[in-house]
Amino acid sequence: MSTTTAADTHAEHHDHPAGFSRWLLTTNHKDIGNMYLIFAFVMLMVGGAMILTVRAELFTPGLQIVKPELFNQLITLHGLIMVFGAAMPAATGLANWMLPMVIGAPDMALPRLNNWSFWILPPAAVMLVTPFVLGLAGIGTGGADTGWTMYAPLSVQTGWGMDFTIFAVHMLGMSSILASINVIVTILNMRAPGMTMFKMPLFAWAFLLTAFLLIFIMPVLAGGVTMLLMDRHFETNFFNAAGGGDPVLWQHIFWFMGHPEVYVLLLPIAGVIPHVISAFARKPSFGYTAQVWSMIAIAALSIVVWAHHMFTSGMSTGAQLYFMYSTMLISLPLAVLFYCWIATFWRGSISLETPMLFALGFIVFFGWGGLTGLVLADAAADAQYHNAYFLVAHFHYALYPTTVMGAMAGVYYWLPKWTGHMYDERLGKLHFILVAIGMNLTFLPQFLLGLAGMPRRIPDYALQFADLNMASSIGAFILGISHLLFIYVVIKCVRGGQKAEARAWEGADGLEWTVPSPAPYHTFETQPVVK
Amino acid sequence: MRDQADSARSNRRTARRLAAIAVVAFGFGFALVPLYDVICRVAGVGGRPAPTQADAASVPKSVDRSRRVKVELMATAMPGASWDFRPERHQVEVYPGEVVTMNYIVKNPTNVSIIGQAVPSVSPPSAAEHLKKLDCFCFRKQEIGAGETRRMPVTFFVSPEISDRDNSITLSYSFFPLNKALQAN
Repeated sequence: MSTTTAADTHAEHHDHPAGFSRWLLTTNHKDIGNMYLIFAFVMLMVGGAMILTVRAELFTPGLQIVKPELFNQLITLHGLIMVFGAAMPAATGLANWMLPMVIGAPDMALPRLNNWSFWILPPAAVMLVTPFVLGLAGIGTGGADTGWTMYAPLSVQTGWGMDFTIFAVHMLGMSSILASINVIVTILNMRAPGMTMFKMPLFAWAFLLTAFLLIFIMPVLAGGVTMLLMDRHFETNFFNAAGGGDPVLWQHIFWFMGHPEVYVLLLPIAGVIPHVISAFARKPSFGYTAQVWSMIAIAALSIVVWAHHMFTSGMSTGAQLYFMYSTMLISLPLAVLFYCWIATFWRGSISLETPMLFALGFIVFFGWGGLTGLVLADAAADAQYHNAYFLVAHFHYALYPTTVMGAMAGVYYWLPKWTGHMYDERLGKLHFILVAIGMNLTFLPQFLLGLAGMPRRIPDYALQFADLNMASSIGAFILGISHLLFIYVVIKCVRGGQKAEARAWEGADGLEWTVPSPAPYHTFETQPVVK
Repeated sequence: MRDQADSARSNRRTARRLAAIAVVAFGFGFALVPLYDVICRVAGVGGRPAPTQADAASVPKSVDRSRRVKVELMATAMPGASWDFRPERHQVEVYPGEVVTMNYIVKNPTNVSIIGQAVPSVSPPSAAEHLKKLDCFCFRKQEIGAGETRRMPVTFFVSPEISDRDNSITLSYSFFPLNKALQAN
């Protein structure tokens, strides 16, 4: 592993190569942040196109557009791409751009490692999608078709798209472990003099906890998919009941990663939101210490509640009770975070610019996702909702408002810092309105469908579900279009617009607003001193 | 302010420690396999009966005639094992401590010989550790020739320590084909 540091590579920065090799070789955190964000957005569009195909199929009952085999591949790849290709790289992109700037560091601690963790991603994405594309061309068995949870025994039996997926997961895992190591080292070692841990911005705290979670859970998933690979090809029997293995073991290993993963997606956004709210309420964030300890509590609890995803897989009553109560316990620190965010509004002088709208949208819609999660956490009720559309609606309300709307709040908030221009406020607001309408129109009907008993992951449905599915599909396409508008807004902002000042928002606070806009290629070569 | 070489060294040290955590976590993923097995057996979750033969000396000296436990027998031939697989009798009432032998019938209607392994499961989970097998066809692989029909015995007793609440136990066998070519693909 290369552990070249900021200090070693410092001299190289001054004449960097042009063209493609500039991006291939760059160790600059801003370049790498850009690449992460662009990669994440491309993946969002790819995963989005896949699910729009699914929604087009579900527009009316019956099978019109895709065969069930292709449908299974589409939902599987949608899940994997959105979680590992879009949501996590978007967060890492924000970390790369902003982490050194909010803690007053010149760059990430291990710039060469940073370059590597990004450049593992595109090959991993190609690895994941290749069998799917070949399958479309009639070559091979197509992409993985097990659902993103890759449950055994299906994942042991299915075609070689699964092997590609396993290697892709290895690479994606490696990438996020390297990125996490970098984030932690940066935060622990590179803070501006005088910035103690409890003077550190919430953004940095959130990423510190996320990175620790990732270092702990991603290797476990890597181990799990390695076992899967061995079961598939090397005659082992980890998950094969005939040989003394147990398919339910896979579920434990997967969700041991999968549940903390939810908080890996949430925590970075929980770090962005207080910055945005505090800027547009023109008040310091309420309850800094409470927020830090809540985030620590959430991260710690997230590792010990995984089996609430498995209530229906056969579990003793005692285990069900434990996982039910521990899951519900997480809502307490989460509620503390919500109260702190809301209290920041209290008597603030609020203005509703686009970042603030997205932050508000995040709080409201993620709140619904969280509350419906409590329903699913109830072991007695779960059997009713499990694997129905209610679950689909729940986790999309949990994930879309965080990973997309929350990230958008951050992007709009810091866009003037990145580009040096103010974005078009009118179009930004229009973007938010499209997202709010599109998202709710897509996922609200799915709650009702789930309550009425529509199962997930099936390409056809009974006639009584037709109207709500049609509404949901229309919503999905509105949501899809909103992202095209977002591309336009960003390109327009990069090209020009009203000049942004160093402190682009009058209420904004933090070290990143002390450097000029756009942020110069090198910032804080002499670290600021925090009092 | 710290010296740059100093800070580079300390960055490398922290990175190495974190990489070590990741390696340990990778190992922990594999450690979950035996851990899961142990936890399931100790806690009796997942309906895992003791895999090994109960010792003949462990048969209780006296039979508890005060109550009876119903044992229901089930059989499933997994995909690929195109057998007719069923218990001879579907249920039996036993006294705790009484040694009973029941038979399963397996018939291979195909014209190839099939090797299979039966995997037991006991429900409710709390009863799993109290169903003791002295001998069972599930302890061995079974090769059933083309067209062959065979009676396969399982000899067991229900331990008198079983809870009063567990007055009905289900013993289920899933027969998996071991011939690679027959496993579902």
